[in-house]
Amino acid sequence: MTTVSANQRTLRKLLFVAVLMFGFGYALVPLYDVFCQITGIRFDTQANQVNSTGTQSITVDKTRWITVEFTGNTMSGLPWEFYALKKKLRLHPGQTMVVNYFARNRAAEAITGQAVPSVTPPRASKYLKKAECFCFTKQVLAAGEGKEMAVQFMVDPALPKGIDTITLSYAFFNTDRVSANKYGGSAVSEPPKQHGSHRQVTENTNG
Amino acid sequence: MSTDHHEDRPQGLTRWLFTTNHKDIGTLYLWFSFTMAVVGGIMSLVIRSELWEPGLQIVEPGFFNQMTTLHGLIMVFGFVMPAFVGLANWQLPMMIGAPDMALPRMNNWSFWLLPPAATLLVLSLFAPGGAPGVGWTLYAPLSTRAGMGMDFVILSIHMLGISSILGSINIIATILNMRAPGMILMKMPMFVWSWLITAFLLLAAIPVLAGAVTMLLTDRHFGTSFFDAAGGGDPVLFQHIFWFFGHPEVYILVLPAFGVFSQIIPTFARKPLFGYTSMVFATATIAFLSFIVWAHHMYTVGMPMGGELFFMYATMLIAVPTGVKVFNWVSTMWQGSMTFETPMLWAIGGVFTFTMGGITGLMLSVTPADFQYHDTYFVVAHFHYTIIGGSVLAIFAAVYYWLPKWTGHMFSEPLGKTHFWLTLIGFNLTFFPQHFLGLAGMPRRIPDYALQFTGFNEVSTVGSFITIVAQLIFFYLVFKCIRGGKKATDQVWEDAEGLEWAVPSPAPYHTFATPPQVK
Repeated sequence: MTTVSANQRTLRKLLFVAVLMFGFGYALVPLYDVFCQITGIRFDTQANQVNSTGTQSITVDKTRWITVEFTGNTMSGLPWEFYALKKKLRLHPGQTMVVNYFARNRAAEAITGQAVPSVTPPRASKYLKKAECFCFTKQVLAAGEGKEMAVQFMVDPALPKGIDTITLSYAFFNTDRVSANKYGGSAVSEPPKQHGSHRQVTENTNG
Repeated sequence: MSTDHHEDRPQGLTRWLFTTNHKDIGTLYLWFSFTMAVVGGIMSLVIRSELWEPGLQIVEPGFFNQMTTLHGLIMVFGFVMPAFVGLANWQLPMMIGAPDMALPRMNNWSFWLLPPAATLLVLSLFAPGGAPGVGWTLYAPLSTRAGMGMDFVILSIHMLGISSILGSINIIATILNMRAPGMILMKMPMFVWSWLITAFLLLAAIPVLAGAVTMLLTDRHFGTSFFDAAGGGDPVLFQHIFWFFGHPEVYILVLPAFGVFSQIIPTFARKPLFGYTSMVFATATIAFLSFIVWAHHMYTVGMPMGGELFFMYATMLIAVPTGVKVFNWVSTMWQGSMTFETPMLWAIGGVFTFTMGGITGLMLSVTPADFQYHDTYFVVAHFHYTIIGGSVLAIFAAVYYWLPKWTGHMFSEPLGKTHFWLTLIGFNLTFFPQHFLGLAGMPRRIPDYALQFTGFNEVSTVGSFITIVAQLIFFYLVFKCIRGGKKATDQVWEDAEGLEWAVPSPAPYHTFATPPQVK
């Protein structure tokens, strides 16, 4: 009967390994954040704020031109129109610029949204410094209200040489889950809707 | 251990429900997996019929996506994995001289979790909104927003996962604790070795998948935001966790196939396996490397350059131990007295087509090239060459190799060979043109395509019908072999070596009640 107890021991050890690996799956979540912070690939809204006084001390690099493109979209569950009023502009690294986005609430009630920025190419993200941005806070729009929202930013002169075009994109989310569900955020998917959400996934992976 | 209850086992349905016998459970696994193969195969015909010509003919785009999703999940979790577990159940105890699996009652449970899990998976088709059309990879945020069918799939994956974990624990315990005296680790047959390593892969990878789908579930219903950018999560995180499971998973599918090739080729080449020790270490190396290459599935998400280089080099490194294995098989055949009975045909065919899939894998591992191949039919061609060409051909090879031992009858060689050639030709017709389609830019998971892709798609559809229809031969052959045929000898194949050939054909209900002595 020694085999039986040996089998029980093996069973217990291996079950422990399985539980440990289940935990490891969850441990990947914080590990991933740490990894993203070290490599700077995740666009952290807080980390990229610069105060206006700091901006002055940076010298403008007149020898370089950078094209910055602006885009934005709303995620399902947020019944807003949302777009950049200027599609692109050219600037020198170190120059501070302001660009406006426009949002209008199409719903018949006030809705709170949060914009999440992302930058392409990803390695440019830590060089795009925002002094002011509507994405720093939640935005509340009353029923039918439209509003212009500003982003004040500059491109750090330390931007690697190979990059001459940067795309700044915003995804606007409904912050309230109940309200998001109400506007189709996670409703039962029907074929046309699936098509819509498929497109969003593609955009997401690109951003 | 050995009590004599040969005669008092229950008969009929309860025999199968309550059985703890490794041979019964192996048989159940095999029947289950081939049933699921039929279901998944029919879904592949829906996909190929829709792709017969451009435009939408037969199904709605949403339903097409449901078919690709379920086809993938069913073939991976319902067919290939259970089929190899079934082979392990039948063969491992007989190959190491053990009376049964180490944990027989748990064995019963790991099998009987499968039918409800598979039912749940197929039932998702009838949920409001249908099955999820998110692809077998279940990428967030599409999967966090999909309909109720997604919850069916999540719970089904939980059950399939528990079944796999219990099954792999059982296999490890059997191999480590139940070997006959004298069978040291380095004397174990290669099929046993590759299953030992596969079981460890399962044990480490499946819980991570369980974690990933649990996060999906809580994101969907319990207010967490692991993958929801609005709540501070990140959809790309899902891809990392999924592929941390997903890449070991592809070796879970293919390592037992390597074990099968390593059993069959020496038998019919009449030479011992070339480079046994290097085979063992190559298998272990592949298993280790499989855990550090996951992000090569997601080169296009915007990783830093350093990450892309690391995953590219690590992935290319896998070609080395895999090459060792392929060269060892070829060297085993070299100057052997080869004969080409049905199992040998399947094994050689498998090595050949798997190597083709391996080479396209190497092409895909090159990061800059992958940006072109990503999400095209080139990828579809690649993984069907590895999974059908490697795993599925190996499953058939193994069934033909051991079927006479299970049933006590020889099967019809002409039918087996016809089955092989039709499958091989049909399979290559289906998937070879998909390489060209992918290189020309045809995206995967889309029910419609541009006109210039029509010709290759028609060839592919014809090939898929040949492949599926050819499987009818297999079922006919197996039924015929169970009911009768030429009596099989104990050794079955001339020069077959191993403990399983020392027991009578058909293998009695209980074997090795007293352990054999291995020299």
